[in-house]
Amino acid sequence: MGAFARATLPELRLGLDQLDAATSCEMLRRPETGLVMLRGRIGGVGAPFNVGEATVTRAVMRLATGETGFSYVLGRDKEKARLAALADALWQQDTMRAAVEQRLVRPVKARLAAEEQRRAAQAAATKVEFFAMARGED
Amino acid sequence: MYVAVKGGEQAIDNAHRLMAHRRRGDSSVAEITPDQVDGQLALAVDRVMGEGSLYDRELAALAIKQARGDLIEAIFLVRAYRTTLPRFGYSEPLDTGAMAIARRISAAFKDLPGGQILGPTFDYTHRLIDFVLAAGSEPPVPAEAHSAQMPKMPRVASLLDEEGLIERPESEESSKPVGDLTRDPLTFPAERDLRLQNLARGDEGYLLALAYSTQRGYGRNHPFAGEIRFGDVEVEFMAEELGFTVPLGTVALTECEMVNQFRGTAEAPPQFTSGYGLVLGQCERKAMSMALVDRALRAREFGEDVRAPAQDEEFVLSHSDNVQATGFVEHLKLPHYVDFQSELGLIRQLRREHFERAAQGDAEQRREAAE
Repeated sequence: MGAFARATLPELRLGLDQLDAATSCEMLRRPETGLVMLRGRIGGVGAPFNVGEATVTRAVMRLATGETGFSYVLGRDKEKARLAALADALWQQDTMRAAVEQRLVRPVKARLAAEEQRRAAQAAATKVEFFAMARGED
Repeated sequence: MYVAVKGGEQAIDNAHRLMAHRRRGDSSVAEITPDQVDGQLALAVDRVMGEGSLYDRELAALAIKQARGDLIEAIFLVRAYRTTLPRFGYSEPLDTGAMAIARRISAAFKDLPGGQILGPTFDYTHRLIDFVLAAGSEPPVPAEAHSAQMPKMPRVASLLDEEGLIERPESEESSKPVGDLTRDPLTFPAERDLRLQNLARGDEGYLLALAYSTQRGYGRNHPFAGEIRFGDVEVEFMAEELGFTVPLGTVALTECEMVNQFRGTAEAPPQFTSGYGLVLGQCERKAMSMALVDRALRAREFGEDVRAPAQDEEFVLSHSDNVQATGFVEHLKLPHYVDFQSELGLIRQLRREHFERAAQGDAEQRREAAE
């Protein structure tokens, strides 16, 4: 579900197209946008407190074969939530799981890893060594 | 007092049409898109998310466009929008220790484990207007380090804590419910969780001024920027119907931990105290100000005299919200005609009485002089 939540809408569309699953499915819960209150911790490690909310969209899809897929994704994109729930349902089908992993999960994870790598490399290039100037004698 | 009025529909419609026209600006110049606002005025978007108290970049960018760049108006729009949505629940507490670091600095330790990562910052720029930007030009490609393995970035406070040098918040989960200002109105005295929620959505300029006042001596607390970090943090949510936590994606956060003046008692050895700031998006000035004000508001907890405005929680927390503030200040421009009519009547009567008394006094004086 993590990879589906992080996938872009084009990634979900492309991956699901490639799966070519003749999917008859029904929407158990129409995509719905709501709020999740984000919590931090005092001092980063202490008791929780509420920082602010985020928009989240969720959906539930059921395949004709009975598997139920869920999605919870940041943002307000209802189509993305619907497709992420569908992908989650397909992933639960034993016959489809490997294909879903290959066509959807892996490309998304690869993109995220590459982005993460690039961001980390860019951040690391801004690492400084400060030399303190001693005051007084010497 | 504001009294409802009727009429003026046509004028109001026309005023809004005129405003929409002015918002578009010169039609020979390309119209700005929310994508452009998001990408190129990213820090304005961050501010609207933080003070709108709603993490949604696209929505904040659109609000900025709609508000013609008036950020408090944009924050108002975002706050109004959030009231239309159902609340799914609360996230698991965000783990800022596991942040994908884009920036991380400490003004207390030069050589801290993990190093000083400047990231994208205005610090150390000369603040000279860059006329090249007016012409439009492709920026140079960012430099990339060869070994892109990010080292571990332990918290500065945890380093100090190893020697017991700093007071730390209790980490065990308490059964006490977490206060939520969006559910229950603020009451005083307010616990630290509620104070931090209030400050996290408070006005940046207001917090900056209060923080500055503590530095100038109004509730001085001798701060060091122990650590400031900015980057992405994964959000996890406990989905009741699934019975397990699900990852929702990542949000960008700015965190600041101030290391403040130490205290000790006959029983407890001296320890640094701390103030904490956590803000949605990239907003370092706000996170730092929040940490300074958080520390000032802990005066009661540390047995310090509450003398300065920044230490007075009722004053600080009651005036931090710029949507409330702008609502009350700006309502003064709505029709107060009936109220003002009664004031007019009163002041005319008082003046009449004044002049009558004066005239009477003059007459008496003249009579006395004549006698």
